[in-house]
Amino acid sequence: MSTQNKQEKIAFPHRHLLSADELKAEEITYLLDLADGFAKLNRQVAKKQDILRGRTQINLFFESSTRTQSSFELAGKRLGADVMNMSVKSSSISKGETLIDTAMTLNAMRPDILVVRHHCAGAVELLSQKVDCSVINAGDGSHQHPTQALLDALTIRRNKGKIARLTIAICGDIQHSRVARSNISLLNTLGARVRIVAPSTLLPSNPDRLGVEVYNSMEEGLKDADIVMMLRLQRERMQGSYIPSPREYFHFFGLDHEKMKFAKPDALIMHPGPMNRGVEIDATLADDQRSVIREQVEMGVAARMAILEALSHHLPTSCEQT
Amino acid sequence: MSQNNNNSSKPQNETLASNSEPTALIHARIIDPESGRDEMGGLLIEDGIITDVGPHLSKNAPNGAKVVDCAGHVLCPGLIDMLVFTGEPGEEHRETLASASRAAAAGGVTTMVCMPNTDPVIDEVALVDFLQRRARDTAIVRVNVMAAMTKELKGDEMTEIGLLLDAGAIAFTNGKNSVTNAQVMRRILSYSKDFDALIVHYTEDPDLRGNGVMNEGEVSSRLGLPGISTLAETIMLERDMRLAADTGARYHNATISCADSLNIIKDAKQKGIHVSSGVSINHLTLNENDIGPYRTFCKVRPPLRKEEDRVAMVEGLRNGDIDVIVSAHDPKDAEVKRQPFAEAAYGAVGLETLLPAALRLYHNQEIELSTLLAAMTINPAKILGLEGGRIKVGTPADLTLFDLNTPWIIDRDLLQSRSKNSAFDESKVEGRVLKTFVNGKMVYEFGKTGPTFTS
Repeated sequence: MSTQNKQEKIAFPHRHLLSADELKAEEITYLLDLADGFAKLNRQVAKKQDILRGRTQINLFFESSTRTQSSFELAGKRLGADVMNMSVKSSSISKGETLIDTAMTLNAMRPDILVVRHHCAGAVELLSQKVDCSVINAGDGSHQHPTQALLDALTIRRNKGKIARLTIAICGDIQHSRVARSNISLLNTLGARVRIVAPSTLLPSNPDRLGVEVYNSMEEGLKDADIVMMLRLQRERMQGSYIPSPREYFHFFGLDHEKMKFAKPDALIMHPGPMNRGVEIDATLADDQRSVIREQVEMGVAARMAILEALSHHLPTSCEQT
Repeated sequence: MSQNNNNSSKPQNETLASNSEPTALIHARIIDPESGRDEMGGLLIEDGIITDVGPHLSKNAPNGAKVVDCAGHVLCPGLIDMLVFTGEPGEEHRETLASASRAAAAGGVTTMVCMPNTDPVIDEVALVDFLQRRARDTAIVRVNVMAAMTKELKGDEMTEIGLLLDAGAIAFTNGKNSVTNAQVMRRILSYSKDFDALIVHYTEDPDLRGNGVMNEGEVSSRLGLPGISTLAETIMLERDMRLAADTGARYHNATISCADSLNIIKDAKQKGIHVSSGVSINHLTLNENDIGPYRTFCKVRPPLRKEEDRVAMVEGLRNGDIDVIVSAHDPKDAEVKRQPFAEAAYGAVGLETLLPAALRLYHNQEIELSTLLAAMTINPAKILGLEGGRIKVGTPADLTLFDLNTPWIIDRDLLQSRSKNSAFDESKVEGRVLKTFVNGKMVYEFGKTGPTFTS
């Protein structure tokens, strides 16, 4: 093993990426630096690398996804891995197999990296305990989506030059959002001032204990914010009525030009997608100059290449394990 | 929330235009529960606003003012009734805003808060707007709209509380329907807190009520009628207290009816939970024995309870554990009332008899006059965030002048309400409203020839 590899192992000591909570500031910075390089690479004609040559990456998605799955697929392919997509509809899960049996089955096929999305919080971690390969959490229920937080941090850093001491308002359906949980944790680790803005019915309990400032009003929550991060109203995770109607929600908690005036003039507008235009964000604001929503998608590929590379240093180089 | 929802600061009914000429009400016993004032004096009204008040105006009015001699009668803030059902829209044959407002004026009620149990249910911004326009055009007293807190009052989907507040809804209620789903209730309270909206709930568990039609107890056993246990009220009330404590919302119980409920409210207040409570005039002055031989005019919700419960209600009022007296005005036509007791409709009219019936408590020396009036003036004003309910310089001149002692017999056929279902029909009472002023204008006067209204 080369000295360079050794240093990078120290820089990123994890075998899996399950939660943004487990990342230290210097590890995040290391990943963001790596990702910056890949962002540059991705804008070139020749994007192909051989860091993951010979490796197998399986994208195991129990929940439908467009951007995350394709982003991981591209990231793996650009690093030279063989990438296989498995979605729930074609898997044995729909034939009654348990999550752990599915994991054991896939493990027997000796993949190197598993990218997993599941509708249950904690499911990805459970799966990671049963397999020999590296596991990346691509979203587990309302719990975590760490690569989203990485790509958001990357987008912010590229636009603002820093993250520490920025005021970042995360607005909307916090309770059901894994994006919010990941971002709160990761951005806090990097020294940002994180606010959450939502009606009480869409806040988790004891929100103040998450290390954020809590607001029930957009006007107050957006005041002097550097970043306005809107979340999608996750109606598929809602049981019963949390809010009276999309109309009322947009009126009080949707991002429009009026509410945006409370943020700093150069504030960035972000959204993890997919957007509900007219529900949480004004249709024209989504395409505004201040919007970096499409850049977030671009950075998604770079951030995922960075984590794939970081994890690849931990993959076994010979096959002696049982 | 940052939006200003204090619609109460402007007169709701723009047609309640004030006289430009100053009016002096002199030689009155002025009782203002907020300040504790109870003295002979007078007050001056200019442009609908009280501009001066005090004993110096008792005998003399300023030059140029129109003088109304109150002949030593009691002048108090106009009454505010937080619980009024009308039939508009949908069942105008029972009551319209116009007829209810005349009943209100005749009863000294200058502000009535209308319940959303109409057809259609008031659960939409446009309907709140409609009612406010109808009130402006047809009512002679102030009308505030309490909007539904769940769509169609079904108890499962929250209404647009924020938008309805902006449209002028004064509070939110499920009317006569209780919200049985605790999760829905919790979300409503949690959501309303963000908007500082007042939630007014009537607690009666429909399963525990079952097919009951009167208070469960000895009297129901003797009459052979299915009873409604006080548990139907208390179990849900206890649930609500826990939810109110959890969410920190502003909660008002529309009408409690029994001693156990009073204890629940008392405990909650002692714990610092943001709750208040109302009681209907029926439950303060009547009990289950008044049903006598199946009088359907005494079939109300919640049902009339035992005498011990009634006494507890009065005591709760005296101690301040009960904040508000309401008429629970619920007009029902003869068709639905002239039925066997079990099949008759619930409800009794009350706007017009609220004050005389309440004065019974004073005449029976059960309660101080000022405490009694506070529960119909300043207390509801504070809970609802209204400017009225007080006699204070700079506030709108909504006033009630009444004779404390005149004895008379209530005759339902002489009531202003379109429906005549009065639980106080043929009752002997003492005290009568003589004049009612809304925004400085006299809208009702009881003279030698009987009542006259000015719209």
